[in-house]
Parts: sequence; C-alpha cells; structure tokens
Amino acid sequence: MIRVIKTKEKSKKQQMMLRFAAFVLALCAGGLFLLILGNNPFAIYGTIISGAFRSEMAVQATVKIMIPLLITALGVTLAFKMRFWNIGGEGQLIMGGMFASYFALFHADWPGFVLFPVMFLAGILGGGIWALIPAFFKVRFGTNETLFTLMLNYIALYLVSWLQEGPWRDPGANGFPKIASFDKSAVLPKLFGVQIGWVIALVLVAILFVYLRYTKQGYEISVVGESRATANYAGMNVQKIILRTMFLSGAVAGIAGMVQVSGSDRTLSTGVAGGVGFTAIIVAWLARLNPISSMIIAFLFAVLEKGSSVVQSQYNLSTDCADVLQGIILFFVLGCEFFIRYKFVRDKKQAAPEGGK
Amino acid sequence: MELFLKFLVAAVGASTPLLFGTVGEILCEKVGHLNLGVEGLMSIGACAGFMIGMQTDSFVVALIAAFCAGVLAALIYAILTVTFLADQNVSGLTLTIFGIGLANFIGIYMLGSSENGTLKLPEGITAQMREIHIPGLSDIPVIGQLIFSYSPFVYLGVVIAILAGIFLKKTKLGLNVQAIGHNPAAADAAGINVTLWKYAMILLGGGICGIGGAYCAMIINSGVWISDNVGGLGWIAVALVIFAKWSPWLSILGSFVFGALRVLKYYMPTAVIQLPTAFYDMLPFLMTAIILVVSSIRKKRDLNIPGSLGVNYFREER
Repeated sequence: MIRVIKTKEKSKKQQMMLRFAAFVLALCAGGLFLLILGNNPFAIYGTIISGAFRSEMAVQATVKIMIPLLITALGVTLAFKMRFWNIGGEGQLIMGGMFASYFALFHADWPGFVLFPVMFLAGILGGGIWALIPAFFKVRFGTNETLFTLMLNYIALYLVSWLQEGPWRDPGANGFPKIASFDKSAVLPKLFGVQIGWVIALVLVAILFVYLRYTKQGYEISVVGESRATANYAGMNVQKIILRTMFLSGAVAGIAGMVQVSGSDRTLSTGVAGGVGFTAIIVAWLARLNPISSMIIAFLFAVLEKGSSVVQSQYNLSTDCADVLQGIILFFVLGCEFFIRYKFVRDKKQAAPEGGK
Repeated sequence: MELFLKFLVAAVGASTPLLFGTVGEILCEKVGHLNLGVEGLMSIGACAGFMIGMQTDSFVVALIAAFCAGVLAALIYAILTVTFLADQNVSGLTLTIFGIGLANFIGIYMLGSSENGTLKLPEGITAQMREIHIPGLSDIPVIGQLIFSYSPFVYLGVVIAILAGIFLKKTKLGLNVQAIGHNPAAADAAGINVTLWKYAMILLGGGICGIGGAYCAMIINSGVWISDNVGGLGWIAVALVIFAKWSPWLSILGSFVFGALRVLKYYMPTAVIQLPTAFYDMLPFLMTAIILVVSSIRKKRDLNIPGSLGVNYFREER
C-alpha cells in the first residue's frame, strides 16, 4: 500500500529546485508533443526565444504583449490572496477599456492632461464596478464567485459587441460593424518605442508589492485569505475587506483595459481582452501571488506568445502552440507543488508480506 | 405555429452539447470535484471526434474517439486534483486553456496538410449522423417532427442523462458515489474506495463532455472544422449544473431552456420585438448569472449541492 503523508516544509531553495525541475520536465513533454507532430523541438524552442528577441522591434512587441497580461495578473493577485476566485479578469479588463473608450471617442478634444487622467479613472471605475457586483452578492448571499465572475466576462464581451454593432458603430467603415479608431490625442504616448503602459505596469508592480506586504490593508487581505473565521475573531470587517479588495482587483484589471485600448489597439473591439484575463490567472498563480515574480512570469509568457507567432510564420504551426505549452508547463508545476508539501510512503505493515517488491 | 415548431426543434438541437457537458460535470461534481475544465474537455472531444470521424468515416468510431479523448484529458485533471491534491480551480482552468489550445492547434495543423484549405466531414459520416427518419413515426404531424426528427446525438444525450440519473438515484453504487461528494471521510470510513470512485466519475464525466464536444464540431457548423468551435458552451454547462440542481434528469429540461435561448434570435418575429443580436448572444450568460444569484438568495436546502465540492480529500487529515 502506498499512502500520502505530509512532509516538513522544504527550504526555499529546494522549492525552487523542484519547480525548476517541473519546468524542465514540462519542456520535455512539450518537446515530445512537437516531435510527434514531426517537428524538431529544439529548433522550435530556439525559434521562440530568438523570435522574441531577434530585433529591437521584436523586443518591443514582446513588451507590448506583456503589458495587459502583467497588469491583469496583478489585479487577480489581489483577489486570489483573499482566496476570492475572481475568474473575471477578462470582463473587468473589457469594462475598463469600454469606460475609457467613451472619453476617447467623444471627448478627444479635451487637453491631454485632462483626457488621460479621466480615461484612467474611467478604466478604474469600469473594472472596479464589474468586480464589485459579484463581490456584493458573495458577501450578501454567498453567491458562487467563480461562476458569477465568469458569466460577467461574457456579458461584458457582448456589451462591446452591441456597442460596435449599434451605438458606437463607425459610420465611415462602409457598414462593417466596428468602432472608429481613436483620435491621435487619445492615444497614449510611447517611451523607448513601446506604449507608456509598460511604465504604468512597473509602477503598479511596486505599488502592489508594498501594498500587499507592508500595509494594514494588505495584511487584512492575507488574514481573510487564510481564514475568514480568524479575521472575524480578530475584529476585522470581513465584508468590507472583500468588497474593497475586489473593487481594487477589478480596478487594476480595468487599468489594463484602458492601457490596451488607448496604447495598443487604439480602438475598442471584441478582441480587446482575447484571453488575457484567463492567462493572467495562470501567471498570478505561477508567481505564487507575488507581484515581482508576476513580472518575470508575465514576461516569459509574452516571450512564449511572441515567439509562437514567429513559429507560426516559419513552421506553419498555429499560435495556439503557446496555449498548449502554457498548459503543459502549468500541469507539471501544479503536480510538483504536491511534492513540496507531501510525499508518498510505502505502508510498512501491508508492504511487508509482499516480500519487498 | 410553423415557425414555433421549427424553433422548438432547433432548441433541442442547440441544447444537446449543453446536455452532455452538464451531465458530465454533474458526475464529476458528485464526487466533490468542481471541474472548470469542461470547455477544454469538450474542445478536445470535438477535435478527436471530428478528426477521427473524418479519417474513418464512421460515426460510431468518432463517438468512441471523442469519449476516449475526453477520458484521457479528464485523467490529467484527476491525477492533479485527486492524487496530487492540486487546486481544483487552477487545474480546471488550465485544462480549459490547454484543451482549447490543443484542439485549435491540431485543427490548424490538419488544415495545413489538407488539400483545399478546408476540413469537411465526408458524405458517409454525415449520412450516419443526419436526422433520423422512422417511416410512420416521423411522419406524424407535429409529434413526428418534435420527437422523431433528430440526429442520433440527441437521443444518445437523453439516454445518457436518464441512465446517469438512474445510476445516481436508484443504485447502491450511485448512492455511495454521492456519499463521497457529501462527506469523503465518512464514505471512506464506511469502506467505500474514495480514490477509485473519484477517478471513475471524473473520467466518465470527461468522456461524456467529450461526446458533447464532438457534437459542436460535427453538427453545429455542418461538418466543417472551425477554431473555437465549442465557443463557451462548456462554461454554460458548468452553470447549468446549478440550474439543474445536480440532477441529470433536470439537466434535460435545463439544457432545453438554454438551447432555446441560444436559437431565439433566429426565430423571434421581427414584428414583435427587435433587439440587437448581441443581446440574444448574451442571454444565456445573463440568465445563468441571474439564476446563480436567485438560487443563492433563496439558499434552498433541496439544491443538493455536494458538501465537499471544491475541497480535495487528504486522507491523513480525516
């Protein structure tokens, strides 16, 4: 009989080694998959890396992919720290983008120092409200937040689809249902060739790191995440903490939406999120909900994504390759977490009669 | 009237993938595992069913392939959550991203090696899964069209749902399985092999989801492969489980209602009411959200939610 027992906490170094081993194993499994399809895995992995870094433009494109992914990952980190399953990063990003787009489309004549802060606040508000709805029903009625936030993703998506079919449709697009491109005055400026969103992302990393680790509110989030009963016992207002944190979580995702529409897409479309909200959850989780690690992981994922697009053009493999590899990596890391906390042992009493097989 | 009849028939068709997904997820949740990977399981089943169906030109083989692919994909989830005690939410979500990615990836890979740039099921298999026609029965006015005019998929779905309900409610084994979902430690103490049945139910559920995916790939787009062919139906199925109160029988009704919502936009007479198409597309998700809220407000005891849902069972801690 083989059974599972808890082991004593492994050291930080051992944990990192285990995760690294899982990562390497995942690459091997992914390589096997590519091999079965008749490709040379080394060549493909090589192309992914070189594709993301081969030129200044490639690096800029990689960073551009990283921006919404990192910001949204920071957003869901806040909720996940509290063990609130916010699967709605996608919808919150879309709503932030939508709110910001309103000002970009209809108030582009405002001076930049007014317009951008207003768009920024609109993004915060859009994402925040969209996250506050499930949080409210969770604290009030115990509504399952996983499913509710998920449904809100689709509702947000079809709201955009409605806007581009009807009210915000660009009359100059020859009947094609799309929203007009933003006026130049509503497009975020660039720094080092990449939209300024990367600076916003880095600032947010710093803010969240400090917020989660060194502030009272950050501490409250951890306590609620560990145990709501403990938080109650300690006299914390758990409901208020959940509502506040979820608003912030959505607000950060909303910033990602604002940055995406204004900095990268320069319009609002149904593809504004394009799965970023889901990938962000994986990023946040792989980073163990640490903002600084999130930055590294989001960058690696951006490399994978950008590299995959080069693989697509060179090997005629679709960019979905990135999703498959992400999945495989996460499967292995999920599995390896087990060995950090538990181990298999052979039950002596029952193993003995088998003759030490 | 004619239009209404057509609407009902279309609703049954649209409800079928939801029914498979819902029943599959119910089996999984009955042993306490909230599997958010339904969308991924269905995508993988869709891919396997379609590709194998295209190669073999046999409907039965395609169904078996979709089922087996679903089982294999669910095995990943089962190993992670049952044996390795990994987080169920993250595992399921990863399965979804992986499954959709894998299906699209293989689809585009096959497209690349196809002759004319499209993937279409051959005539033979489309004939096998076409709407049945039973002489006499199918010709009865109204009833014939309402009951005896569907693809074999539809009947398979209903039969699986009924059998799953009988299994869970009327057999000793089924009751044992439900006990695992409600209280794994107690079930374990009563001598039920918790790990074995968790695996069995998760894999079986995954297989059923796989068949539902095959419907999406093989029927919805008239036998032509497109990327993302499951298109969020798996997520609706996860929500439908709540609507159906974890009962496979009720899920027949639930998926019919949601199927009707999905096809409503094609049958709503424009003279009566004119709404943007985006609204109709949103409707199933909006309804699900409303149901979630209403059912949590009413906090009905008879909702039947498995007590240990979402919590992994670590034997040493019982």
